[in-house]
Amino acid sequence: MSKDIRIKKGLDIKLVGGAEKTTKETSLSSFYAIQPEDFHGITPKLVAKEGAEVKTGDTLFYSKSDERILFPSPVSGKVVEVVRGARRKVLAIKIAADPSQGYKDFGSKEAASMSSEEVKDYLLSAGCWPFIKQRPYDVVANPNHAPKAIFVSAYASAPLAADIEYTLAGKEAELQAAFTAVGKLTEGKVHVSIGKNANSPFSDIKGIELHKVSGPHPIGNVGTQIAHIDPINKGDVVWVISPQDLLVIGELFLTGKLNFTRTVALTGSQFSKPQYVTAIAGALIADVTASNLVNDNTRIISGNVLSGTQVKEEGFLRYYDNQITAIPEGDDYEFFGWNKPVFNKISTSRALTFSWLTPNKKYDLNTNTNGEHRAFVVTGSYENVFPLDMYPMQLLKAFMVKDLDEMEALGGYEVAPEDFALTEFICVSKQPHQQIIREGLDLMREELG
Amino acid sequence: MSLKQNLHNLKEKYKGTKMAPAFNAIHTFLYLPNEVTHGGTHIKAADDLKRTMNIVIMALVPCLLFGMFNAGYQHYAAIDGSLRANVLANFFTFDNFWIGIIKVLPLVIVSYGVGLIVEFIFAVIKGHEVEEGYLVTGMLVPLIVPIDTPLWMLAVAVIFGVVIGKEVFGGTGMNILNPALTIRAFLFFAYPTWMSGDKVWVYDAVNRTGTADAISGETILGSYAQNQEVIYSNWDKFAGFIPGSVGETSTLLILLGAAILVFTKIGSWRIILSTFLGAAAMGIIFNQIVAADIITESSKFYGLMNTVWWEHLMIGGLAFGAVFMATDPVTGSQTNKGKWIYGFLIGFISIMIRVFNPAYPEGVFLAILLMNVFAPTIDHYVVQGNVKKRLTRTNVKTA
Repeated sequence: MSKDIRIKKGLDIKLVGGAEKTTKETSLSSFYAIQPEDFHGITPKLVAKEGAEVKTGDTLFYSKSDERILFPSPVSGKVVEVVRGARRKVLAIKIAADPSQGYKDFGSKEAASMSSEEVKDYLLSAGCWPFIKQRPYDVVANPNHAPKAIFVSAYASAPLAADIEYTLAGKEAELQAAFTAVGKLTEGKVHVSIGKNANSPFSDIKGIELHKVSGPHPIGNVGTQIAHIDPINKGDVVWVISPQDLLVIGELFLTGKLNFTRTVALTGSQFSKPQYVTAIAGALIADVTASNLVNDNTRIISGNVLSGTQVKEEGFLRYYDNQITAIPEGDDYEFFGWNKPVFNKISTSRALTFSWLTPNKKYDLNTNTNGEHRAFVVTGSYENVFPLDMYPMQLLKAFMVKDLDEMEALGGYEVAPEDFALTEFICVSKQPHQQIIREGLDLMREELG
Repeated sequence: MSLKQNLHNLKEKYKGTKMAPAFNAIHTFLYLPNEVTHGGTHIKAADDLKRTMNIVIMALVPCLLFGMFNAGYQHYAAIDGSLRANVLANFFTFDNFWIGIIKVLPLVIVSYGVGLIVEFIFAVIKGHEVEEGYLVTGMLVPLIVPIDTPLWMLAVAVIFGVVIGKEVFGGTGMNILNPALTIRAFLFFAYPTWMSGDKVWVYDAVNRTGTADAISGETILGSYAQNQEVIYSNWDKFAGFIPGSVGETSTLLILLGAAILVFTKIGSWRIILSTFLGAAAMGIIFNQIVAADIITESSKFYGLMNTVWWEHLMIGGLAFGAVFMATDPVTGSQTNKGKWIYGFLIGFISIMIRVFNPAYPEGVFLAILLMNVFAPTIDHYVVQGNVKKRLTRTNVKTA
């Protein structure tokens, strides 16, 4: 039985620079990089040393805590540099791509006739495991767990997010192969959420539980969907996979090869032509955004404006992202900016802010914080944009003081940093909510397991 | 070089020094800072604490202006009672406003001046930014004191209130008690003769005591408490042409302020509404006690108990307390359910204290301070409800 979800609490942040639905094929980038930071909680053990020749699918590093979790190269080429930071922490593994690409062959498989263990081993050996993330804690899944369900959000509600219907169109075969496989990984159901009116590539997939969702952001956040479909209790584990990563898994089963090519949305007001492009995970930003980006005091973000990562032009597309956003930096003063009426910024109050008058207007927001960091003062505002059944401010405070009992009791197992992106956006006190949640989750993971 | 650039250079120069918070307080008053986001969300909504506090101040301005006129009006009306025959003609006059300027403005200036000096000193000593909380407190304080309060007394109270009421807890956002009410409570307990009676509410009444020109002005609550007749019409009470603390008299303008706070989503309508509901409930209970002849005219409580319940809502400081004091988000309940309980109890207890307090016929500030203390307890039980729900979910599954 499918369960439709409709939420009222939330906020759609409407920005200029939505991607036009045309896809430009970009040529192969000169450099690619895999950044272990993308896999939160994983300590990498390097396999590929500087100078090594790798093919697509060859292991670059594995997880120190579980040697079965492999991290493959997205392209074939030569490892040119292992960038290290403080205490020799691996920051990035840079690969110069070969002009002609070779693939490591893992052998195509028919998932339907495989056992759960066989599917798991195959995904692990092919380096597809990092695509599977777990809740609680929002980290790469532990293969030893038995998840009670698997969730896929195929509806994106984040600002300017790539339209999943568009980027996955025509990929039904890959999706079906992927779902047949991941369905083996859980005793429970595989829940997929799509838009209410979506003519979705997921409509005819077998072996999944389809949910139609509607309402403002964060309805597209998988955390919101989990909370409404089958909330996480203490001791539960659920797994989460993003739709574009399912394509890679599906293609692996059909062809035996890893193909990290994905459709990426270039969005935001600093793109002269916001549109979709094809790119491989880890691609050099400058190559992906070539001759499109207005790079004049611009913030480039791999991901969306709420929970994406700041990157430079010489940086790289992050592992899980299918969107690059470019917006103006806001590093300027504004005369009496704190008390004059505001028409060009979004606000959920009406404190001489007028965005409530024009709910459909698209804004060109910059990165200014619009105020200074303060202690929590205002109450009751977060609740209006927070659709989970918990008390966001009390939870944040418990996370800040690291009171593990409270963190657990107030819903710490159910949240991920991105669930607190909207509360962070509207926060009058400009508190770093997502960072507070991330640090708290790391502590919980350490102390409670 | 432009002012903007000059200030920016100065900011860089002072960065990391002891005086940086003091400089930044003035700089950020002129210019929204050039800070950009790092990590987390890359964009932020337009609201900050300064903007939020600014709205509260604007909501208070009508009360302040009215209070300035009323300062003069009550003075002249006490000398010549016939002025009250035609209020509107005799209220908005320059003579009245002039008394406001010489009596009310100094209160505002002392309140802000002393309070901000204390804030700046603490910011410099503790190395944190000057926070905006006092912008509202500084405006509230002159509005809730009697007009003739000596300025030195106000200054002492402000220092006490800001230091003990707020800074010792860590500043704005950390305090347990409403700072403005802490200041009021200090004045009330330290200098009780200046806070009640029939002299302090009218300008110059104290000075003239014992002379041939003696004047007085009893508040409505004072009259009721002494079982005396009240000369003011209901319209006078609602519009605020009555003696009382500087800014609390006009229920009409307080409701205008409430409308601003609720519309801008700065103040909690739940607290405002439930405070009035709580007060009305207590008022009705007292009215019923009188109706049932349990309390007779010989009782000293008769006057206030017999006051019709809706009249309780517009006399004394109840409306001002409900709209501007109880809604303080830092010291009030923080959960929506908690806000209903918190507000209701403030109203309920306010009227109870008002009726039973033998020394001073008003209880709003005491009720709010009391509920400030209990707000975390209320929230605790509300949040526990959510925690229990989560636990039940787990138990159902494992059972």
